[in-house]
Amino acid sequence: MLLILLLVVVVISSCVGAVAITVPEFLSIIANKTGISQTMGFKPQQAAVLMNIRLPRVVLGVLIGAGLGISGAAIQGLFRNPLAEPGLIGISAGATLCAVLVIVLEVGFFTKLGGVIGFYAISLAAFTGACVTTFIVYRMSTRHGKTEITTLLLSGIAINSLALGFVGLLTYMATNEQLPVITFWSLGSLGGASWETVSGLLPFIMIPVVILPFLAKSLNALTLGDAQAFHMGINVVNMKRIIIVLATMAVGASVAVAGVIGFIGLIIPHILRMTFTADNRLVVPGSAILGAALLTAADMVARTIVAPAELPIGILTALIGTPVFMYIIVTERNKNKL
Amino acid sequence: MIQVKNITYQIGKKELIKELSFDVKSGELLAVLGANGAGKSTLMKLLCREISPNYGDIMLGGQYLKKYSLPELARRRAVLSQQNTISISFIVNELVMMGRYPHFEHQPGPKDYEIVRQVMEETGITHLSARDYNTLSGGEQQRVQLSRVLAQIYDCPDACLFLDEPTNGLDLLYQQQVMELARRLADRGYCVICILHDINFASRFADKILMLKNGRSVALGTPLEVINCENIHETFNINVKLMACEGYNCPLVIPATIQT
Repeated sequence: MLLILLLVVVVISSCVGAVAITVPEFLSIIANKTGISQTMGFKPQQAAVLMNIRLPRVVLGVLIGAGLGISGAAIQGLFRNPLAEPGLIGISAGATLCAVLVIVLEVGFFTKLGGVIGFYAISLAAFTGACVTTFIVYRMSTRHGKTEITTLLLSGIAINSLALGFVGLLTYMATNEQLPVITFWSLGSLGGASWETVSGLLPFIMIPVVILPFLAKSLNALTLGDAQAFHMGINVVNMKRIIIVLATMAVGASVAVAGVIGFIGLIIPHILRMTFTADNRLVVPGSAILGAALLTAADMVARTIVAPAELPIGILTALIGTPVFMYIIVTERNKNKL
Repeated sequence: MIQVKNITYQIGKKELIKELSFDVKSGELLAVLGANGAGKSTLMKLLCREISPNYGDIMLGGQYLKKYSLPELARRRAVLSQQNTISISFIVNELVMMGRYPHFEHQPGPKDYEIVRQVMEETGITHLSARDYNTLSGGEQQRVQLSRVLAQIYDCPDACLFLDEPTNGLDLLYQQQVMELARRLADRGYCVICILHDINFASRFADKILMLKNGRSVALGTPLEVINCENIHETFNINVKLMACEGYNCPLVIPATIQT
C-alpha cells in the first residue's frame, strides 16, 4: 500500500512543474526511453526536461527521504526513545559545521584543489563531518564496550550546541557572497540534483535501506533493554555499532547532498507506529518508503509554490511537519486517556 | 544441570562474589535469599553470562557457560530481569512473541504463535493480548514480561529459567500464582533459579535455598536444613521466631521483637 503511494507521488511529482507533462506523456517518455515502445507521444522538450532535470530530482528526493526515514527509525529503536533523531545526536550539526567551514574557507583553500574535488568539496566535507561527530559522540558515550544511551544523548546535545556555535561564528565571519550559500544550504534543498549526485548518493542510501530491515528483529529486542536483548541471544555491542554506522551513512550522505532537512527522520516512524504497529519489522522498511514519498511530495510543493523561485525544503518540512506532529501527539494523548 | 564451581567475581579489590559453589539439577527450584547488596543480582548476572567470574567456572548442561554461542545460550536459558521499562509502545502480543525471536529467522511460524497463545493462557494474560504494554498496571506488565521469558524456553525442556525477584510489585494472589508457576515449571523438568525476599515463599516453593551475605554462602540446603534463627540472623541481621505450621514441613518465619 505504501509502495503504491510512493509510485503515485513519484509520477505526479515528475509531471508537475514549469514545463507541464501529462501522465500519458510521462508513461510514453518512459516507455520510449526504456525501449518498450517506439511511439513518440510527447514533445522532445518535455523528454529533455523530464530526463535531465525532473527525474534526477525526484529520484534524489526518493533516496534522501528513504535514507532519512530509515535512519530515523533505526536510531529511535537504538536509543529506545521515540524522540531520538539524527539531528539530536549531533550528526546533522557536525555535517553542517564542516560544510559551512568549507564555504567560508573556500577562497583561501579549496579553490586550489579545483576540479572534481572543488565541485564536491561541500558534500565531502559534510559527509566527513557526520562521520567524525558520530565517532566522537560514540566514543564519549561508550565505556567498557557498552553504550550508555543517556550519555550518548547528552554528548549529542553538547556537540550540537558546540557545532552550532562554530557555525554562528563562521556565519559572522562570512562575506556577503558566502552568506546566501550558507543560509540556503543549512535550510536544505534538493536543487543540486543531477544524475551525478544521484549515482554518488545511491550506494550510501541503498546499503542501509537493504540491510537495516534485516536487523528489525534485533531492534525490537533492543527496545526491551540491553540486558534483555543480550538474554535473547543478541550480541548487543556489535549490533549497536552496525546500526550506528548504517544510520550515519544514510544521514551523512543525505546532509552532504541536500543540507539539513529536519523532521522526516522524527515524524515518519512516528506516523507508522501510531497508525499500524511499533514492530520494527514494519516500521523500518515502512519508514524508508513513506519517507521517500513524503520528501518527494514536499519537494514538489517547494519548487512550485513560489515558482519561478524555490522554497528551501527544510523550511517546508518544518512548517508542515511541526503542526502535523503536534496534532498526532495531541490525538495520541486523548486516545490514551480513554 | 547448573554447576557453579568456586567462583569469585571482583571489581577492583572489592569481592562481590567470593568462592561460591553450588549445583542445581533439572527439576529443581533454587531460591536465593539475602539482604540488599549481598550479591544476589551479581550472582544472577554471572549465571546468565552478562559478566564473567574472575576465578572459577560455571557449567550449564555439562558444558562451560562461556563456550556457548549467544543464540545457543538463548535457547538454553531465559531471564526475567527486575527493570522492564519500555518507552516505545508495543502491543502485548508482539512483546510476548519477542520471546520466540531466538527460534525463528524473520517471520514466526505456526508453532511460535501456538506457544505464545499457550504461555499467555498459563500466565493468565490472554485478555490483555491486544492492549498497549504501557497502559498496563505494574503487575500486569510483570506478568507480560514473564510470559515473554517463558515463551523463549517453552519448547526446550532442558533449559534454565532465572527469575530476579519475580513477585515484585504483584499483589498476594499473583505472587502466589507466579510462584506456583515457577514450581510447576520445575516439576516439568526445568531448572529454576529464583531470587526472593520472602523467606516463607522460599521455604514453601523451593527445593533448595541458598543464603548469601557479602557474596559468600551462609547456608545451602533444603528449606528444613537451612531455615533456622541463626542462619536468618547471620544473613539479614534480624531476630525471628519460628512457628511450626500444620501441613508444612518447614516452620514459618515471623519477626521477633524489634531490635533497639
